Amino acid sequence: MSRMLEMKNVSTYYGNIQALYDVSLHIDHGEIITLIGANGAGKSTTLMTICGLLKPRAGDVLYEELSIVGESTNKIVSSGICQVPEGRLIFPELTVRENLDMGAFLRSDKDGIARDMEYSYELFPILAERRNQPGGNLSGGEQQMLAIARALMARPRLLLLDEPSMGLAPLVVKQIFDIVKKINKESGTTIFLVEQNANLALKIGHRGYVMENGKIVLTDSCETLLANEDVKRAYLGL
Amino acid sequence: MEYFLELFFGGLTRGSIYALIALGYTMVYGIIELINFAHGEIYMIGAFTGLIVAGVLGALGFPGSAILVFAIVAAVIYSAAYGFTIEKIAYRPLRGAARLSPLISAIGMSIFLQNYVMLAQTSDFLPFPSLLPELGFVKHFKGILGSSDFIIIVTTIVVCVALTLFIKYTKMGKAMRATAQNRTMAQLVGVSVDTVISVTFIIGSSLAAVGGVLIASHIGQINYYIGFIAGLKAFTAAVLGGIGSIPGAMLGGLVLGLTEAFATGYVSSDYEDVFAFALLVLILIFRPSGIMGKEKIQKV
Repeated sequence: MSRMLEMKNVSTYYGNIQALYDVSLHIDHGEIITLIGANGAGKSTTLMTICGLLKPRAGDVLYEELSIVGESTNKIVSSGICQVPEGRLIFPELTVRENLDMGAFLRSDKDGIARDMEYSYELFPILAERRNQPGGNLSGGEQQMLAIARALMARPRLLLLDEPSMGLAPLVVKQIFDIVKKINKESGTTIFLVEQNANLALKIGHRGYVMENGKIVLTDSCETLLANEDVKRAYLGL
Repeated sequence: MEYFLELFFGGLTRGSIYALIALGYTMVYGIIELINFAHGEIYMIGAFTGLIVAGVLGALGFPGSAILVFAIVAAVIYSAAYGFTIEKIAYRPLRGAARLSPLISAIGMSIFLQNYVMLAQTSDFLPFPSLLPELGFVKHFKGILGSSDFIIIVTTIVVCVALTLFIKYTKMGKAMRATAQNRTMAQLVGVSVDTVISVTFIIGSSLAAVGGVLIASHIGQINYYIGFIAGLKAFTAAVLGGIGSIPGAMLGGLVLGLTEAFATGYVSSDYEDVFAFALLVLILIFRPSGIMGKEKIQKV
């Protein structure tokens, strides 16, 4: 497996407040990588830094061996990195269909877009039923499905998922995680999963990172992390 | 009845122009939450461009309808260029700054443009040629509806329909709606927010320019100050309709125009502004977000 994305000693700030300290991590092609940590640990900041919405003050982000620091977000998105942000950020007044259309904003292959839209509806039949309803009318779980489907419309090579389980019923969470696994297996999409629900995330991931106060404090295979005493105590509630 | 209809169509004409200008306020506000106080000046610059082009072409002996078309096209291009540039130099550097800063910058821009036109042109009223043709069939409505009223109303309807279709069905239109609803997410699906903002300014300025040429030709005179008053009224219309809402701006313009026309016709022209702003106050008391505006719901 070869290197897809690498963060090297990245430090990111909000104004004068430092949110990431010297963060280094890497993601290889085809992997599911999980990043776990408490609220405010810097997980979302890590994703925003990758997507170019925040600019690191120090360090480098390499994607396919090229630095993407300072690139505009739409350039980064067009190179195949796609994010499902925390809180899903559905366009509330666009219909489900229009939300999916927006996911394919940078594509112009009409046939491919139509096919992928059908695929989204197969993956999430509820979206097909609601295709003409405004996104804001969907339930939390449906919005999460829409957010994932919208991200897939861009045909991402690297899919960043920010807390997809947040605020959802356990059954819906399981359904969503099954689909994440399926996306990874069937289309070989590399996945970077950020979660507070450490138990679930570590079960589907290959390797994991643990973040505390803006620093990566631990990294290992997910199996090892699941068995780690500190992780058990702090994140698994065991 | 005839008097009522006359006032009604007069109000529609006036309201159409308010609507055309209000669209620029509301679209810019929808995307970057800024009241572009220089927007009235864009309208004024459109009218001046129309006057200059009409003067030159008139001297060259062009036919009336060709002059009208060229005057509008030139005004649109020139005003769009101004709108685009103003955003670039006065607002873009302040994006991310405290909200008051771009607002002050907008007021500064407005004062600058007024004074620039006053110095470059004149502070006196200039006669504006009547470019709008006399339509034969309008004669049947003599005393109720003039040719220029008819042309202004119809042009506004056409422009509003075109804009609505653009926003609803084109890729750029969808990107604009998406950016207005959630800027971060729009960026995350690959929308270039800078481009969307520039296009918004260009469209808003173009609409104001169309309004500027039409109404100047209808009234017959312009000066450097017309943008201030029209801008204030159109801004009122935008707030009335619900700032940020495109159909709201259209409706707000018409409501304001009709209110003024009836106030003038049945009470006194001295009270026109009193009624206009009393209406604004009333609507804001009972529907703070405007007629078509949505109350902001904070979602987690």
